[in-house]
Amino acid sequence: MRSSTTAKFDIGENEYQPVNGLITRTRSFTGADKLFEIQLPDGEELGHQPGQFVQLLVPGVGEAPFSVTSSPTKPGPFELTIRAVGNVTRALHNMEPGDTVGIRGPYGSGFDPDVFEGEDILFIAGGIGLAPLRSMINYTLDERERFGELTTVYGCKEPAEQLYPDELEEWAEGDEMTYLETVDQCPQDQEWDGPTGVITSVIPEVDIDVETSNVLVCGPPVMYTFVLQELDEMGVPDENIYLSLERNMHCGRGLCGHCQINELYVCTDGPVFHYPVVRDKQEAEV
Amino acid sequence: MKVIDKPEFEALIDEKISSDRRDVVGVRDDGEKYVFDDLESAGDLALDYDVTMLSPKKYLMPQRETILEYRDANGEFEWRAKAEPDGKVIVGIHPYDLVAIEQLDKIFIDTLRDEPYRRKRENSLLIGVNMQDASETAFAASMGTATTDSGYDLMLTDLGETYAVNIGTLEGKEFLNSADVRKATAGEVQEVERIEQEVVPDLFERELEFSPALLPTILEENYDNMAFWEDYSEKCLSCGTCNMVCPTCYCFSVDMIRDLGTNSGRESRRWDGCLLEDFASVAGDENFREEVAERHRHRFMRKGWYIYERYGDIACIGCGRCTSECVADVADPCDVYNKLYQEVQAHAQ
Ligand SMILES: Cc1cc2nc3c(=O)[nH]c(=O)nc-3n(C[C@H](O)[C@H](O)[C@H](O)COP(=O)(O)OP(=O)(O)OC[C@H]3O[C@@H](n4cnc5c(N)ncnc54)[C@H](O)[C@@H]3O)c2cc1C
Ligand code: SF4
Ligand code: SF4
Ligand code: FES
Repeated sequence: MRSSTTAKFDIGENEYQPVNGLITRTRSFTGADKLFEIQLPDGEELGHQPGQFVQLLVPGVGEAPFSVTSSPTKPGPFELTIRAVGNVTRALHNMEPGDTVGIRGPYGSGFDPDVFEGEDILFIAGGIGLAPLRSMINYTLDERERFGELTTVYGCKEPAEQLYPDELEEWAEGDEMTYLETVDQCPQDQEWDGPTGVITSVIPEVDIDVETSNVLVCGPPVMYTFVLQELDEMGVPDENIYLSLERNMHCGRGLCGHCQINELYVCTDGPVFHYPVVRDKQEAEV
Repeated sequence: MKVIDKPEFEALIDEKISSDRRDVVGVRDDGEKYVFDDLESAGDLALDYDVTMLSPKKYLMPQRETILEYRDANGEFEWRAKAEPDGKVIVGIHPYDLVAIEQLDKIFIDTLRDEPYRRKRENSLLIGVNMQDASETAFAASMGTATTDSGYDLMLTDLGETYAVNIGTLEGKEFLNSADVRKATAGEVQEVERIEQEVVPDLFERELEFSPALLPTILEENYDNMAFWEDYSEKCLSCGTCNMVCPTCYCFSVDMIRDLGTNSGRESRRWDGCLLEDFASVAGDENFREEVAERHRHRFMRKGWYIYERYGDIACIGCGRCTSECVADVADPCDVYNKLYQEVQAHAQ
């Protein structure tokens, strides 16, 4: 995985200086999630790798890390998907196209597509964890011929929480990727004809060559232990597994200490980790 | 090595106070404690102190500092980096604090450039002083930081009527230019060596029962020793004071502040600490170190194992500040390290 401690946009007078990102488009999903399309000055590309994140500053409110959800194969503005949970994210949800935010990054090490060249990939996404994985999923779909069999498993709490519904439909209907989904439960006022149950209940249904498939996982902290157990039972070697982990972050540059896992910093050594690297780190909790 | 008469040294500091573009700060006796503070005259200096409440880190990485300013011009934000070159002349730094600053330099300048720190550090002049007294909670000799031959521009040793001065940098040499100094005699050089090798180590009441080189392994072996961590942290109030006073702790949080009634504001950073409850919490009610015992364990693992793995330094220089400032009287690293060592010994038998 590429480690990038030197971000493209921290070349100002100091490393904490952002550039202006113009919100050009937003899109709400039925849950508390909203997609933001952001354009950099002079139409410049963010130059990110799937799985990397940016630090987004809402002037006067705060700063928080968000994974880039669009694939670098898509030229022009980049996209973030943001769940309203606190001060920064709620302020963001009140913003509209034409508003400006501060952007610094991209930070961290992402998924290096070259590593997976010619190989099969299974994506396992839980909830908002689909946001970072979507960048890599769309990358593999846009450069389909470079990769082997593709499979995606997506689980969230309830149907209304699903992100990117039209894209999910394309994934389900297209023949470029096998797509499986589940919801923990379906409240009575919502419609759902797929399976219900936690994500681990559908994982055994995927039909992959466990010995050779790469598995890319991102979801809420509780998900990892169970998903990893399941993968182990299926016979997936640890070497084939990549995890994107979340921690509290302030600097994004390996300094502030908030994101530390043993001697690793999630902001620079991750958020994407090769599983063997964090498997024996006690603080990783995986 | 040079030698300067004490009155001449005081005259030099007084001259710098009036002429140097930087503030001249140093160790003063504020009645109850020793502190690094502004100097009005060299007479304020108390160079025979035991330990200061805060280390000179506070000048290089202030407790709160603005790192960025913004102005909102109709939705177009103008971001302005803030890193004033407000370096200082700092007089009277003990060797262990110089070692701590060297550790910070390695991270904030050499490895991950941090402009707000770099500007202040590179514009500062550090005048060290060999210890004449030690606090009862210090154990710097055990950590190998009671003396140092690097990290300073100038290093003083009190020889009674005079100071012996070791010159560490060209800037230090130039700082002395206007003063009347002479070359040290062979006897004076020997005396400084004797002080560093015999007098200073004797100042410490506390000591480690093993070599600090073993610390990473000892900590690693006690990671799962939850009974120890729980027992040890039982009385802790999670106030974070032990983090805040530590010269090698550098964790921080970043806050955005709007200047009320204006269209401008700033981003500032402040010291933060892993003992504080929310330090590792994220959205969704997840806290990666929810229990106080886990936070304590992290503090020591970080100091003696994680930072060592990453940068090759033990991030505890044995100043004892955390011990003396802890209201619950539980922060003592020397005690913790020794007990962990005993745990390992007991298991080996
Ligand atoms: C690498 C990375 C990528 C991420 N990608 C995305 C993404 O694509 N989309 C997305 O929606 N989110 C993402 N997140 C999570 C996102 O950064 C956080 O949810 C965000 O910081 C919340 O900011 P806030 O100021 O709105 O919340 P806060 O005001 O900090 O509150 C968030 C909620 O978390 C709890 N909390 C309490 N203390 C803290 C604390 N110190 N820090 C954080 N939370 C606390 C509280 O329950 C609070 O309601 C990512 C995080 C990381 C580390
Ligand atoms: S050990 Fe002492 S100083 Fe540190 S957080 Fe606990 S009570 Fe506060
Ligand atoms: S942990 Fe305590 S003794 Fe060690 S450097 Fe920090 S304050 Fe000093
Ligand atoms: S976010 Fe500051 S060290 Fe990782």
